[in-house]
Amino acid sequence: MSGAGDREPVFPTRQSLGAMKSKLKGAQTGHDLLKRKSEALTKRFRDITRRIDDAKRKMGRVMQIAAFSLAEVTYAVGNNTIAYQITESVRQAKFRVRTRQENVSGVFLPQFESWQKEDVGSDFGMTGLGKGGQQVAKCRETYTRAVETLIELASLQTAFVVLDEVIKVVNRRVNAMYARPAPLSSTRFYANGNGCSEHVIIPRTENTIKYINSELDEMDREEFFRLKKVKGVKERAAATEEEEKKKNARRTSDKENERQEVNGGGEGGGNVLGDEGDEDDLDAFEAEGFVSQFFLRAKDRWDQEPERLLRRFKAGSGNGEAPWKRFMSGVGVKRFVGFA
Amino acid sequence: MALPQSAYKDREFLAVIGDEDSVTGILLAGVGHVTDPPDSQKNYLVVDAKTELSTIEGAFDAFTKRRKDIAIVLINQHIADKIRPRVDGYAEAFPAVLEIPSKDHPYDPEKDSVMKRVRKLFGE
Repeated sequence: MSGAGDREPVFPTRQSLGAMKSKLKGAQTGHDLLKRKSEALTKRFRDITRRIDDAKRKMGRVMQIAAFSLAEVTYAVGNNTIAYQITESVRQAKFRVRTRQENVSGVFLPQFESWQKEDVGSDFGMTGLGKGGQQVAKCRETYTRAVETLIELASLQTAFVVLDEVIKVVNRRVNAMYARPAPLSSTRFYANGNGCSEHVIIPRTENTIKYINSELDEMDREEFFRLKKVKGVKERAAATEEEEKKKNARRTSDKENERQEVNGGGEGGGNVLGDEGDEDDLDAFEAEGFVSQFFLRAKDRWDQEPERLLRRFKAGSGNGEAPWKRFMSGVGVKRFVGFA
Repeated sequence: MALPQSAYKDREFLAVIGDEDSVTGILLAGVGHVTDPPDSQKNYLVVDAKTELSTIEGAFDAFTKRRKDIAIVLINQHIADKIRPRVDGYAEAFPAVLEIPSKDHPYDPEKDSVMKRVRKLFGE
């Protein structure tokens, strides 16, 4: 992804690495769970949609029958005052609904159910007393059944509306966790801001972990190199001290040799010191497991015939080879890996 | 996402907006209710050719928004057609708005706002 730009602002420490790893794990678990939830809801949703379709068609038939029975009433009563009577004599609802909740994977879907309020007398006791009482009773029953069908349908429809909403939310959350490879530009654009940083929790965390790992490795290498250097310096100092001691000892034992030693040693001292230093460095390298037998062999040859090697080194690239490579192959080192 | 209980607990009535026959029939089932005298609100509206559009819209808004005791609103489809933008724009779970056929106008699934959503979801 977009590398350095898209990660959390953390310090690269082992502690934050641990925190990031557990965060990644949590995010992945959450993603799985949400995905499953979304699937369960979608399954339910399809089921409900199909039932709505059926129920709507059934409603058409039921209402037709009911309308027909009302027409019978009008015919039996003979005049059209019945509608007026009914609408005007309404007082208290006998037919009521209550709402129950059904739990589908953590989502509460409402379910209506009808009930008859007992202490309310029927408002239409007198309706059709003169004529058509039987038709009125029949019609009332038909309509009661029709309204029950309607309530069933209303339950389905409400569930449909609620589920639709919930599925949208859940899907958005799933996508927030992960991780279709979002287009680069949009990720960078949204990453620092409002709302839509939600696209990328898992990739972002993975990026952060990668970043922390690389930083920690880098710090390891730096530390190792520093230790190596410190050790080299220390051993060099120790060798110098040793040399001084030797010189002092000779100085005290032989006065005649002393002058020669001082004269010769003034020039040679530098060389010897340099060689000694290199050797100490080499020991340090060897101690760290850095130098193979090839290097040691090269050093042996250097000790035995330095002029020849120097000549070869200076001769340079007869055939386009780098002089140092040629030099190394001259002392028997055929291959180097990452060492230049 | 659970709805707060207050959203549905007190809702126990049905409301009807329809032509005379539909309202009569449904009231006959015992649905009708008039609230106590001071304001005496009915939970039904009889619509005929002379009813103003604003009256229908007012009743629809009252049933869906203002009154907290109505669980389901039944509305004749041909009346819903008159205030179609309002019905389509209504997306709440409570109260549920249900379009029903009337005697003279058979039910047409193509027009129903919920069925439209269903079909849109399944790309038919």
